[in-house]
Amino acid sequence: MSEVLVVVEATQEFGVKKVTLEMLTLARGLGTPSAVVLGGPGAAEALSAKLGEYGAAKIYAAESAEIDGYLVAPKATVLAELVTRVQPAAVLLASAQEGKEIAARLAVKLDNGILTDVVGLDADGTATQVVFAGSTIVKSKVTRGLPLVTVRPNSVTPEPAAATPAVEQLTVSVPAADKLARVVNRVAEQKGSRPELTEASVVVSGGRGVGTADNFKLVEELADLLGGAVGASRAAVDSGYYPHQFQVGQTGKTVSPQLYIALGISGAIQHRAGMQTSKTIVAVNKDGEAPIFELADFGVVGDLFKVVPQTAEEIRKRR
Amino acid sequence: MNIVVLVKQVPDSGADRNLRTDDNTVDRGSANNVINEMDEYAIEEALKIKEAHGGEVTILTMGPDQATESIRKALSMGPDKAVHVLDDALAGSCAVTTSKVLSTALGQLNADLVLCGAESTDGRVQVLPHMIAERLGVAALTGARKLTVDGGTLTIERQTEEGYEVVTAEAPAVVSVWDTINEPRYPSFKGIMAAKKKPVQTLPLADLGVAPAEVGHAGATSAVLEHSKRPPRSSGTKVTDEGAGGTQLVEFLATEKFV
Repeated sequence: MSEVLVVVEATQEFGVKKVTLEMLTLARGLGTPSAVVLGGPGAAEALSAKLGEYGAAKIYAAESAEIDGYLVAPKATVLAELVTRVQPAAVLLASAQEGKEIAARLAVKLDNGILTDVVGLDADGTATQVVFAGSTIVKSKVTRGLPLVTVRPNSVTPEPAAATPAVEQLTVSVPAADKLARVVNRVAEQKGSRPELTEASVVVSGGRGVGTADNFKLVEELADLLGGAVGASRAAVDSGYYPHQFQVGQTGKTVSPQLYIALGISGAIQHRAGMQTSKTIVAVNKDGEAPIFELADFGVVGDLFKVVPQTAEEIRKRR
Repeated sequence: MNIVVLVKQVPDSGADRNLRTDDNTVDRGSANNVINEMDEYAIEEALKIKEAHGGEVTILTMGPDQATESIRKALSMGPDKAVHVLDDALAGSCAVTTSKVLSTALGQLNADLVLCGAESTDGRVQVLPHMIAERLGVAALTGARKLTVDGGTLTIERQTEEGYEVVTAEAPAVVSVWDTINEPRYPSFKGIMAAKKKPVQTLPLADLGVAPAEVGHAGATSAVLEHSKRPPRSSGTKVTDEGAGGTQLVEFLATEKFV
């Protein structure tokens, strides 16, 4: 069986991201997964156990301070060399900012088609995508080159398949052309222990109805009780209630959790674009005519400042 | 600074959007076609840089005839002129071929800075800035929430999952922006009138030296095989809070095994 390259998404804090395990699971439908770690010195070591647990038969490690010092171009160069050498059956990256950017450069370098935000992948390379605010399902295929796809987080359930990966170190030499965009500073912002928005199985979001930045504590409290992430509608972000990186919808993140709870969100089409494929949707809004109720599996028409504290209290009681 | 802003006309994301049944491309005929919202932020950023440092702002669009409307709209915000890459053969182009056409056009425009939105609201593919930078051999500073220009040095802040990054490059460069970067101005009446007289150069493929077979459906590197409407979600239970709304909500969560 031929190799399928999976470009690993990981963070220093949490290690291998869930989307990587999803990609390893998808890759097994097309061949034998090989994980590709592109990062600083020693990056692969910490990740190899987890990658093996989900079926990585091999790990390619490109580790160099230079890879991390510039914006994505060096990673695309290393990956292009690897693809040319091993001729994989497919290349999978995460459908997040960096994964898409690496894939973009790879597509041009190899003159290869690209499909983004893929939620399913058949053995013959046919990909499923959900477009136009979750209203349309598309089947598509790369018609020039190999299937080069970026996979949307929370698309498949990761399934373990133990393997003992052999690690192959790749030589990294970064050409001058890849050193044009230099990262001069990386600033970590306080995150707490909540799961990442796009990977969380529960998301609790607040909208304009939350009213103030301070009131978002209520949204956070419910999220924490359910082990979920916090999201916000554009109206809430534009009003300064919550930071932009948590925005769900058209100009923010697309999420697809098991449970999405919308608090004080009317449900404009641009918001629905970011959450419509959630498995179960719950809404609390004082306006019974709010469009969010059209897609809610369970809706409460009422004052969120009464309903949410009672919800939190009731969850605590049941523990 | 010679600034080129990439502008795409898209179907309005606030209304129903469809793919055509014959060739699975975006149905522009039935849609309300507007400027991609994120591009307005790129235009605003370009105008601010021009106001502070001087120079010229050019709009570059690839799209069908009707994209002229969006070009005039873009010009009404204040840019100096526009270039419209227009050719029947372009219909059905994929991201890879689109980047080829735009890079070739940019090669003729000698831009110090190419500004664009981080993504379009129709495809949301987010790949074009890096594809263009790769082809032109220039830096890509993508996903900016802040851009500073100091002589020929460009520095951005971009949001990441862990916090943010500060990335710097020398011009020429491609910079893509999110809607957090500024607040786009509304066109003034004067601006709207002036836009009608601003030069819009039409550029057919022949003038770019790109063969029709390299673009459009013929040259596409990926294809949509089929599409279908996702069944609309049906609404479930709706209760009105009469003092027990929170408890009822938790009962629902319990039956779904979330608590």
